Amino acid sequence: MATAVSILPAPQLAALEETYRKAVARKRLKAALATALFCAALLLAAFGAEVNLRTLFTYFGNFISYFDRILTLDSGARVWTDPAEWFWGWQKWLKLLGETILISYVGTLTGAVLAFALNFFAAQNTSPGPWLRFVVRRLLEFARTVPGIVFALIFVIAFGLGPMAGVLAIAIHSTGALGKLFAEIVENADMKPVEGIRSTGASWLSCMRFAVLPQVSAGYASYALLRFEINVREASVMGFVGAGGIGQELVVAIRKFYYSDVSAILVTIIVTVFIIDISTGWLRGRLFGKETRR
Amino acid sequence: MSQLPRPNTEELRAKYPDVFERPASARLALPAMIAAAFAIFIYGLVDLDFSPTKLIKGISELGWITMLMMPPNPGSSFPLYMQALGETLSIALLGTTLAAVLALPVSLLAARNVIPSNLIRFPVRRFLDSIRGVDTLIWALVWINVVGLGPFAGVLAIMVSDFGAFGKLFSEAIEAADRKQVEGIRASGGNALHEIRFGLLPQVLPVIAGQVLYFIESNTRSATIIGIVGAGGIGLQLAEQIRVLEWQKVSFLILMILIAVAAIDFISTKLRFAIIGQRAVV
Repeated sequence: MATAVSILPAPQLAALEETYRKAVARKRLKAALATALFCAALLLAAFGAEVNLRTLFTYFGNFISYFDRILTLDSGARVWTDPAEWFWGWQKWLKLLGETILISYVGTLTGAVLAFALNFFAAQNTSPGPWLRFVVRRLLEFARTVPGIVFALIFVIAFGLGPMAGVLAIAIHSTGALGKLFAEIVENADMKPVEGIRSTGASWLSCMRFAVLPQVSAGYASYALLRFEINVREASVMGFVGAGGIGQELVVAIRKFYYSDVSAILVTIIVTVFIIDISTGWLRGRLFGKETRR
Repeated sequence: MSQLPRPNTEELRAKYPDVFERPASARLALPAMIAAAFAIFIYGLVDLDFSPTKLIKGISELGWITMLMMPPNPGSSFPLYMQALGETLSIALLGTTLAAVLALPVSLLAARNVIPSNLIRFPVRRFLDSIRGVDTLIWALVWINVVGLGPFAGVLAIMVSDFGAFGKLFSEAIEAADRKQVEGIRASGGNALHEIRFGLLPQVLPVIAGQVLYFIESNTRSATIIGIVGAGGIGLQLAEQIRVLEWQKVSFLILMILIAVAAIDFISTKLRFAIIGQRAVV
């Protein structure tokens, strides 16, 4: 069965087409303007960052050959032909990796406890007073915005070289990041149980303990585990500034051109990060069901 | 006044055994987990050489440093710092954009609804995962070996480490896209490239734009620190001033970073609202 599509008379059609064309042209103009602005910003940025394409082209071969070199042993053979020689320092590296994981564990836990202590003051619906809320929010913001490694640089001077500076830096940064996330969970919590408990004459503390905490604890644990994953990565570079962990070995290997050591340490870091990611993902799935998994 | 009837506990107990007599394993699980977490924590403190005396000494030192930081004062190097800050922002913008441009085609390869074959998708995904497993600072060190000290190494470091992150995020956005529009394009006779261009991209571009903006914001933070290993930007100045214990300059630099990050934060939130609308902002 053939149906004819009805076509409007020409003058009506022309008017419609004109409007359509105008609408599209306006949209295109906007997009073109935004693109031009963005490109101008990029050019300016390229100028500011001293981007030199000739350097890149000249040295890009170096980037490839760098990977070639770090995958070659001193004897000239490929690293995977002699794993024993490649991972010659595995005992030392494993110990340092253990230290790295411990740094991030202790740092995350400390940060989570501090964030837990502060978040009820930062959340809009549970804070006892606007002044307190303002102060706590700014504190968390500060702890979150200053990068962990900057704290580590300062702490290394205050507390001396060693993992303690790394732990404290990670703890402070985690407090800032988790405090914000925790406060957001609390703000999403249902307030009816709080009213119920307050109506029995309970104190603020009891309201938090019996009405808010049961709703939010799963979310807290989930975010803390996620933070632990991030912190393992962060702790792996804390050694760059002398704050403990495997980073110290890595930076020495890179700077002194111990090529095969660089690849060996990188591989151990990547594998560790994989294992931590998979196991915390599994743990989150076990604890909170599939839906909270990311 | 009427009284509520007393509940018959015995009867309730018999009726709901699950509530009154949870198995010991379920009741003990949480305390056991907390105890284990605490035990590891204590072990960690011991293993990492924590000592109360060190802690107290360090905190008093820290208090002293904070005193020395007041008031923040750039001395005569303010123009230099502004230039360094501009460099940092440039690094963040350029690195993120390059990473997004490079990651888009690769993310198509990693998306299940574009490439159904596991044979390609699996290695691409693992490749992206390995890149993400290495921190930006490490990439910065590697690039410094290749192109020399300076902000260019920073741009390349941000580019590589974000490439891994974007590849994953973009492919997830593509996988979440609606299948029907792609089918519509195919029904009207479009080829595979048309399907991607007219069926997928219009759906995912706003999501991707939002993520890129968010990353520019977070990379402003990353770009401040890659200077610590020599890859340009304000981090270089910061690390230097910390090493020579010029605390007033240090606090001024930290203040500059805070303000810059807040400004970028503000702008990118505004832009994200404009691009994807209020509802979709995460």
